[in-house]
Amino acid sequence: MTAPPEVLPAGGAASAAWLLFAIPALSAVVLFLAGKRANAWGHWLGVGSVLASFALGVVIFVQTLGVAPEQRTTEVSLYSWIASGTLDVDFGLRIDPLSLTFVLLITGVGSLIHIYSVGYMAPHEGAEPSSDSSRRRFFAQLNLFVAAMLVLVLGNNFVLLYLGWEGVGLASYLLIGFYQDRPSAATAAKKAFLMNRVGDVGLALAIFLLWLELGTLQYTEVFARIGELGGGTILAITLLLLLGACGKSGQFPLQAWLPDAMEGPTPVSALIHAATMVTAGVYLIARTNPIYDLSATGRVVVALIGVVTLLIGAIIGCAYDDIKKVLAYSTVSQIGYMILAVGLGPAGYALGIFHLLTHGFFKAGLFLGAGSVMHAMNDDVNMRHFGGLGRRMPITFVTFGLGYLALIGFPFLSGYFSKDAIIEAAFGQEGWQGWVYGGAATLAAGLTAFYMTRLMIMTFFGEERWQKLTAPNGEHYHPHESPPVMTGPMILLAIGSVFAGFVLSAVGLNQWLAPSLGELEESTHGVLPHALVPWLVLAFSALGVLVAYLVVGRRPTPVERPEPVSLPVRAARRDLYANAVNESVIERPGIWLTRALVFLDNRGVDGLVNGLAAGLGGGSARLRRLQTGFVRSYALSMLGGSVFVVAALLAVRFA
Amino acid sequence: MSPTNYLLLSGLLFTVGAIGVLVRRNAIVVFMCIELMLNAVNLSLVTFARINGQLDGQVMAFFVMVVAAAEVVVGLAIIMSIFRTRRSSSVDDANLLKY
Repeated sequence: MTAPPEVLPAGGAASAAWLLFAIPALSAVVLFLAGKRANAWGHWLGVGSVLASFALGVVIFVQTLGVAPEQRTTEVSLYSWIASGTLDVDFGLRIDPLSLTFVLLITGVGSLIHIYSVGYMAPHEGAEPSSDSSRRRFFAQLNLFVAAMLVLVLGNNFVLLYLGWEGVGLASYLLIGFYQDRPSAATAAKKAFLMNRVGDVGLALAIFLLWLELGTLQYTEVFARIGELGGGTILAITLLLLLGACGKSGQFPLQAWLPDAMEGPTPVSALIHAATMVTAGVYLIARTNPIYDLSATGRVVVALIGVVTLLIGAIIGCAYDDIKKVLAYSTVSQIGYMILAVGLGPAGYALGIFHLLTHGFFKAGLFLGAGSVMHAMNDDVNMRHFGGLGRRMPITFVTFGLGYLALIGFPFLSGYFSKDAIIEAAFGQEGWQGWVYGGAATLAAGLTAFYMTRLMIMTFFGEERWQKLTAPNGEHYHPHESPPVMTGPMILLAIGSVFAGFVLSAVGLNQWLAPSLGELEESTHGVLPHALVPWLVLAFSALGVLVAYLVVGRRPTPVERPEPVSLPVRAARRDLYANAVNESVIERPGIWLTRALVFLDNRGVDGLVNGLAAGLGGGSARLRRLQTGFVRSYALSMLGGSVFVVAALLAVRFA
Repeated sequence: MSPTNYLLLSGLLFTVGAIGVLVRRNAIVVFMCIELMLNAVNLSLVTFARINGQLDGQVMAFFVMVVAAAEVVVGLAIIMSIFRTRRSSSVDDANLLKY
């Protein structure tokens, strides 16, 4: 392992890096506060702010390219943020190849999705544009997300990372629940928030542990001194960080929220739940690579989580009819690949980031394509209602098709470079690890080809099933191509899907990332020779496509979901029982515990207090009857009392 | 004559007075019974003064008489005003002040 590069103070454009997130944050504030005055122009402000961020990111990137690799890791401290006793946290930014890569991805893809949203979120025809505030609200929240995500990747310490981490969680919650009038959206938002919280607890505990052991939270100092800690502590930190990554990235066992998050508007699914936020877990593990380098056990757990998740995602993706949920499970599966890659250690960090970038392009493009299809089909998402749309929406069809080819790893498209590299590295491991990682990844590549081909056939080919159907709102379907403001970003992302992999591997992404992630280690003694792996993956993918063609393409697709189906399909349709397990293991005991506590509170604590009050009140009501109003009875009681007192005195006296 | 007889008389008068207060309804009679009890106590005070050869008890008896006179003034006035408004001097009729 090479020594970590020296950290230099940032100069030139990089010293203004705070503007990267300040501009979208300011725009979000303006949009939130300006009210309906901003309805008419708010969306363009939102687009402009992200574009400005992107431009600045490009300037910083070019400037960083101009210096030698060992001088590319720079930091700038803005101000002392938290100074409390020995805890001293600066609001400092780290501008290095890794964070710049993310900045360009977030602002670049983010800009395209912002532009697309101008068309997608446009008020419905006939509505007064200035009376519709939902688009302004949408852009405010989307800008908030971009700002928080940039804070996450730019921070030079764990506290700032956590700030961004929670910020994107908030934005994600707001945007999943964007359609506030839908109970399902509100439920999905809550589910996402709660499941993310489980992961966030892990991240917070990891940060606490680092602070306890090292007394500092700066990346530079933590990574320089992490070797002082014992193996057990390091393992604990890696596992807690992994828990955080699992929550944010929808990895097993916290994957169930991500498909439900598709309740949000489709651009949100594209930006947050496919391209950027859900990859924060990959960023976290890649960023803390000096910690993971020290714990082989931690890395194995990470890789196994990735393997389990990529299989789960691919299997479930085969069974769904909801176009967005298929893409969502595809995302779960692809992030599983990235987690597997970063779990391989120095042999995979850069590959995980590489796949993250190409995935950012083609998955965002696929989601935007799905949004375009929904736009044309009265917001219907059931692929069984589609069919034959390729002729009606040529641009969507072609851009979506290119994204599809990139995802299944068609040779020389971007997914081919990044995914095959991961599978090669997986097979490059020794012993059982090579077989398990590589075998699962290859199998999932075949499944990916199957479910994506199925999606393509059901949506764009075959009989036009929608001709005979009516939309949920009673109208007939009139599929039409989307406006240029939507197709433009789709075309750009499709170009990215085609060329990103080739370009990034040609210009040497791995060397570019080396100052942040260390040199990429080539494995030489894996379980399978390197030359064989691409052919194997290609064979599996081709098999997946062929099976999908034989199963779905050659037969008419029933409009109603076929029932009953075989056991595996039933399991996959029910998310492999992830929700059922969560419900029975966590939710129900929780509900019982709550009910027991409520019962105890109502009957026990409240019962004691209320019982005392009721007893006193009832006793007083009876005692009150002594006040009869008859003077003579008072006199009798006085006499009785006097006699009693005298008798008592005499008794004491003469006893 | 033994002072014990005076004490017995005093006790007897007090008992008569107490029973009168408890069983009679007419406010005037109740009032008179109260006076009877006061004077029974006066008698016992004087008797004890005699037994002990001191004047304290006799002085106390005078005080009781003075206070009783004042009490009669106030008490009779109250009874008069109640009688005027209610046309009744029964203590059981004046039972508004209750639960």
